[in-house]
Amino acid sequence: MPLAAIEVRDISKQFRLYSEKHTSLKERVLHGGRMPFTPFWALRDVTVDINQGETFGILGRNGCGKSTLLKCVAGILKPTSGEIRVRGKLAAMLELGAGFQPELSGRDNIFLNGALLGLPQSEMERRFDDIVAFAELEDFIDNQVKFYSSGMYVRLGFAVAINVEPDVLLVDEVLAVGDAAFQRKCLDHVKKFQREGRTIVVVSHATDVIRQNCERAMVMNHGQTITVDEPGEAIRVYLADLLGVGTVAGPGSGEPGGNVLAIGTVRTEHEASGSRVHLYPGESLTVTAELDSLAAVPNALATIAIYDDANELVFASDPDDPACAVEVPEGGGIVRFFFPEVPLLDGTYTVSVGVRSPTETAIYDWKDQVTQFEVANPGRSTGRVRLPLDVSFRLRSTGLTGEVPVVGTDFGPAAGWEETVP
Amino acid sequence: MSLRAERSASATTAPQEPGHGPPLIHAGPPGANGHDALTVVSGEVRLGRRLRDLWGSRELIVRFTRTELKVKYKNSVLGYAWSMLNPALVLLIYYMVFKIIARSHQPYFAIWLFAGLLVWNLFSGASLASTSVVVGKAGIVKKVAFPREVLALSQLGVTLVLFAIQAVVLVGAMLLFGIHPSFHYMVLLPLAFVTLLVFTAAFSIFLSAVNVYLRDTQHLTEVLLMAWFWGTSIVYTYGQIFLSGLQKNHPSLKWLQYVYFVNPIEPIVMAFQRVVYGKTQYTYLPPGTKRGTPPTVYHILPTWGVGTYAMLLGIVLAVSVVLFLLALVVFGRLEGNFAEEL
Repeated sequence: MPLAAIEVRDISKQFRLYSEKHTSLKERVLHGGRMPFTPFWALRDVTVDINQGETFGILGRNGCGKSTLLKCVAGILKPTSGEIRVRGKLAAMLELGAGFQPELSGRDNIFLNGALLGLPQSEMERRFDDIVAFAELEDFIDNQVKFYSSGMYVRLGFAVAINVEPDVLLVDEVLAVGDAAFQRKCLDHVKKFQREGRTIVVVSHATDVIRQNCERAMVMNHGQTITVDEPGEAIRVYLADLLGVGTVAGPGSGEPGGNVLAIGTVRTEHEASGSRVHLYPGESLTVTAELDSLAAVPNALATIAIYDDANELVFASDPDDPACAVEVPEGGGIVRFFFPEVPLLDGTYTVSVGVRSPTETAIYDWKDQVTQFEVANPGRSTGRVRLPLDVSFRLRSTGLTGEVPVVGTDFGPAAGWEETVP
Repeated sequence: MSLRAERSASATTAPQEPGHGPPLIHAGPPGANGHDALTVVSGEVRLGRRLRDLWGSRELIVRFTRTELKVKYKNSVLGYAWSMLNPALVLLIYYMVFKIIARSHQPYFAIWLFAGLLVWNLFSGASLASTSVVVGKAGIVKKVAFPREVLALSQLGVTLVLFAIQAVVLVGAMLLFGIHPSFHYMVLLPLAFVTLLVFTAAFSIFLSAVNVYLRDTQHLTEVLLMAWFWGTSIVYTYGQIFLSGLQKNHPSLKWLQYVYFVNPIEPIVMAFQRVVYGKTQYTYLPPGTKRGTPPTVYHILPTWGVGTYAMLLGIVLAVSVVLFLLALVVFGRLEGNFAEEL
């Protein structure tokens, strides 16, 4: 085995939560030097090896310790116990432009940042033009950074961090910077890093970032490692954790030999599947999921969720809906989700499918964003959904006699619309 | 600092079994920061590594110093002139108080004052600026890993630049007044200067860490420095106390001299004064005294040879080096929680 790029060995980090904090000698003396605190373990015995050239994701809900771990690896926080070994030059992007001095020009900040990363000035001079070109700041490089827009600021931060050619890059939720073109460039650079065999550690809430970029991912909760696995499996565990589900019926926790229930192929179909790929708004949609079952599960609940292009949840099925209950015999079968009418407008929508027990004690399986369908709107309405709409028109009552032209036929009398026609 | 670069030869020469995992690709130019650099983050960092890391970040110290100077003085001559306003005013006030009001008859008293203030301004300026520097740079301390001692040392760097400007002014004044320094004692200057730097660095590093936990350290430092200033023979002379005053009137209090030299700044100030002022005594004949009366001799500095000064400075330097190492140890203990405390 090649040596791991990052070896994390039994790292624990304790924070002290003070009920009352005395930050001056005067207060310390007045209170007799006592400062009651509650110990809080942000990390507990975390051990993980991150291989050379690997892109490694860390998932977990807020406060699970993932950022603390990253800060320990970066050397910003010192662990209470344990040891971390990092091989090669490390650059951390915990916050873009973190080391910038607002009063300095972009040029000076590039050199300062380089010095912070341990690069000699000659080296920075060699890379200077690349950095400026990458950040697209040629015209503003001698302006003070405090006059930069936030977009320019993060672009410069990203440009410095990746152009110092680190062997290990730590990224904390900062991949989405700048406009679409710059994001494209950042992602291209990350891909190039991967090809060059550099190690990248990504902390993110966004499961799709982890899924698309990482080779392995770690899920953390309460400062402890829950699992280290390939991204798909890790995301499943993470989502189960996020839903607050007690036990995760993952491999090994159910019947010996694996899951009791497992989702196989998931497909989407719509009424015109034969003639065109996309469906029109208002057409019906069928999602079918193959279920493999090791034992009969009489009271499984099938759930489905639909996300839009921006990964926003559009719809998730009601778990209490009796229609979602399925009885799965041993051997399994096919679950069919039927939407008689899909009122969505243009876009590519992804579908997640899951099976769990009604008491929410176990998630048998959860396939996050396994399939997708496209909606193309032949009309000119825009937005996310097509709502049924009716428009009519009539005049306000004026007190004048005469015919009141009425546009629209189903315009019945309503309160405040007294007819004054004689 | 918790990020320590430790070069390890084993990282590159470690046995690599074929067919296991992806091959190691050496990306980027191999160099001082190449693949073979092994960084270990752990709870405690040994002193040797702290020193090596500090040495490795000397370029960063220079960068930070330049940043600080740029931000403070905007790279303008006038900016630096402003920075000289305070020391100039202090010099003027002391000169007026002691020369005109207290009627000191020491010739070229301003030069005497300047020699002591030069040393004192570096020491007190760096100490005061360093005390608040870690707290003041919380943003960078919480987000970026680097040896944090650099922050205090860069403040020392800033005061060093101001020291250089003041030194030039002092030399100019000496040329103007035609004062001859004692060239014979000139060899003491580098020793005194290095001692001053090491001691100031130790004190600054210590204060910068303590102030994170006890934020009123800043105010305490100001008070302490005030007392310290008057405990050092800057505006008065060493001779005034121990050679003419105490020695004559209270011979039993001679031991106080030794207590006096507990102050590590004292020998440094005296060495500077000895070189710059160039005299150990002066004579004064008050106007209106009878003709033929011998003038009174005033001792201002002891008539030690270069060796005695060098020995005293050597002792202070040795103590300062120990204090510097101690300050690094204390800093290392305290810095582990900087990111949380700020």
